[in-house]
Amino acid sequence: MPKFQGVDYLDIDGLLSADERLVRQTVREFVDDRVLPVIEKNNRDGTFPMNLVPAMAEMGLFGSTLPAQYGGAEMNNVAYGLVMQELERGDSGIRSFASVQSALVMYPIFKYGSREQRDLWLPALARGEKIGCFGLTEPDFGSNPGGMITRAEKTPGGYLLNGAKMWITNGSIADVAVVWAKLGGTVHGFLVEKGTAGFSAPEMKGKHSLRASVTSELIFDNVRLSDANILPGGEGLKLPLSCLSQARYGIAWGAIGAAMACYDAALNYAKTRIQFDRPIASFQLTQAKLVHMVTEITKAQLLCLQLGRLKDAGKARFQQISFAKRNNVFQALEIARDARSILGANGILDEYPVMRHAANLESVITYEGTHEMHTLIVGEDITGIPAFT
Amino acid sequence: MKVVVCINHVPDTETKIRVASDGTAIDRAGVNFMMSPYDEIAVEEGLRIRDKFKGDVTVVSLGTDANKETLRKALAMGADRAVLLRDDGVRDSYATASGLAAEIKGLTPDVVLFGRQSIDYDDAQVGTLVAELLSLPSVAVVVKLDIKEDGSVVCEREIEGGHEVVHTKLPAAFLAQKGLNDPRYPSLKGIMAAKSKPIEERPAAPAEVRVQTLALRKPPAKNPGRIIGTDASAVKELVRLLHEEAKII
Repeated sequence: MPKFQGVDYLDIDGLLSADERLVRQTVREFVDDRVLPVIEKNNRDGTFPMNLVPAMAEMGLFGSTLPAQYGGAEMNNVAYGLVMQELERGDSGIRSFASVQSALVMYPIFKYGSREQRDLWLPALARGEKIGCFGLTEPDFGSNPGGMITRAEKTPGGYLLNGAKMWITNGSIADVAVVWAKLGGTVHGFLVEKGTAGFSAPEMKGKHSLRASVTSELIFDNVRLSDANILPGGEGLKLPLSCLSQARYGIAWGAIGAAMACYDAALNYAKTRIQFDRPIASFQLTQAKLVHMVTEITKAQLLCLQLGRLKDAGKARFQQISFAKRNNVFQALEIARDARSILGANGILDEYPVMRHAANLESVITYEGTHEMHTLIVGEDITGIPAFT
Repeated sequence: MKVVVCINHVPDTETKIRVASDGTAIDRAGVNFMMSPYDEIAVEEGLRIRDKFKGDVTVVSLGTDANKETLRKALAMGADRAVLLRDDGVRDSYATASGLAAEIKGLTPDVVLFGRQSIDYDDAQVGTLVAELLSLPSVAVVVKLDIKEDGSVVCEREIEGGHEVVHTKLPAAFLAQKGLNDPRYPSLKGIMAAKSKPIEERPAAPAEVRVQTLALRKPPAKNPGRIIGTDASAVKELVRLLHEEAKII
């Protein structure tokens, strides 16, 4: 396939600063050079390409919005979003890894951790020497995390942790888990290190989606933690939800990347695939699909850019982030399906990236707040009436 | 060690080029531009030389405002200073080299680096011309560069069918070939740090243009391939066509 040249129908590049464009170009080249040549094999094998982690860290892709003293690049949210977009053009699993490390592990440690916790973990996480995961969802509590069963009890000098988490990206490869548990009825965050007695993280197998990403259960069986393991900077469900807002923001951008990869593959295929002595791009039905794709990509780009500018100004509301995640992932999935149909039978082969993205997006539309929950969040926001409690 | 690297802003190798309506230039609309790949290797080498011997790296580009994008990338990779020699007009290799040489002379560098050629017009002249205008020794198509503390240099250059090992002394100019190193990606921190490094701008020194482009033409469209057959039975016909039609065997 020809090298990806970007999708920018409306000269949205003109709205980006020079350094934002350079960030995007840099990650785009990294994805072309390092991710795309290996990702289909990882996807087939059901493995995460661990050997990419040092290069990603060296580029500064982990915790890139954090202050320099913790290894961050102090990037703005638009540049962060562009990083997520380009990574997901490679694969949702690669973007998920960076999302989790940055938004769900480094962010809560930075925001709610003690100085000692920050100094201990953030530089090592930024350098990719340590990997983190985030445990909120449980086998029986997904959209309703407030019902979580995982409990911490105060003990002399520490805490006793019991419970289980599920669908945890990076769980089995993580050195530290940010785990949310109820302590006296209120949600608190805990840092649980790999190897702590009673803590195990078996990998979940048999996925048809996000195959190039590690998904795990986290099991806590009388895990003894010290006082230094609790995140002291706050309590309540709003803490993990604030982390999810960071991650969802990145996902809204990431979905554009997956959609661009599918559109690009479909456009190139349509121009070269000959049927009835003409390229299939000459047929009206195919053109309608391609135009729909580029239209939705362009709208998603503008949506994310405005959301990013709001976030940089400290004005983005979580409902707006839900709005963007909901729209962009839904449209990306539709685009992936349309792209698959343009590629015909070839669309199901891993010679093309389309089916992999389509399968990945089936997870992305459900994780980090399901499409349905985001609909209800925006629904409540515009009507003032909650459809769930 | 003072290092100067000359870099050029060129169309992406995979972008589709159209000839502009005047017939002598390319239509820049919708074309992605990038740092010429050999120049990237030169920047990387400059950064390594600086890191080994201390000193600084100045990147210089001659052209329009658009070249700032490539200068900014070099700053993000780690270059210390960037200079844009502005000229919105058309220059041949000699005029480009004259403009660059006028600037570099004032910088009194120990090492001047170039890519072996820009991948736009492929003249492969500018580096050597600059060296000549500055009376510096120059080594082209360099795949290995070993600078010693005393300023003596042993380098390897690619020649047809092999390598040539040459010796020279600084100050000197080197034209980088693929294989010299593996250029780094700019880091996000580097990109952010580059924001505080201003790009110096001045008009490029005027120079006589000695070679003018009269016309740009795309190569004639290739005829689509023909499948003679898919098994051994096609060999005879293939040989006949190569012999009688294509006349290449």
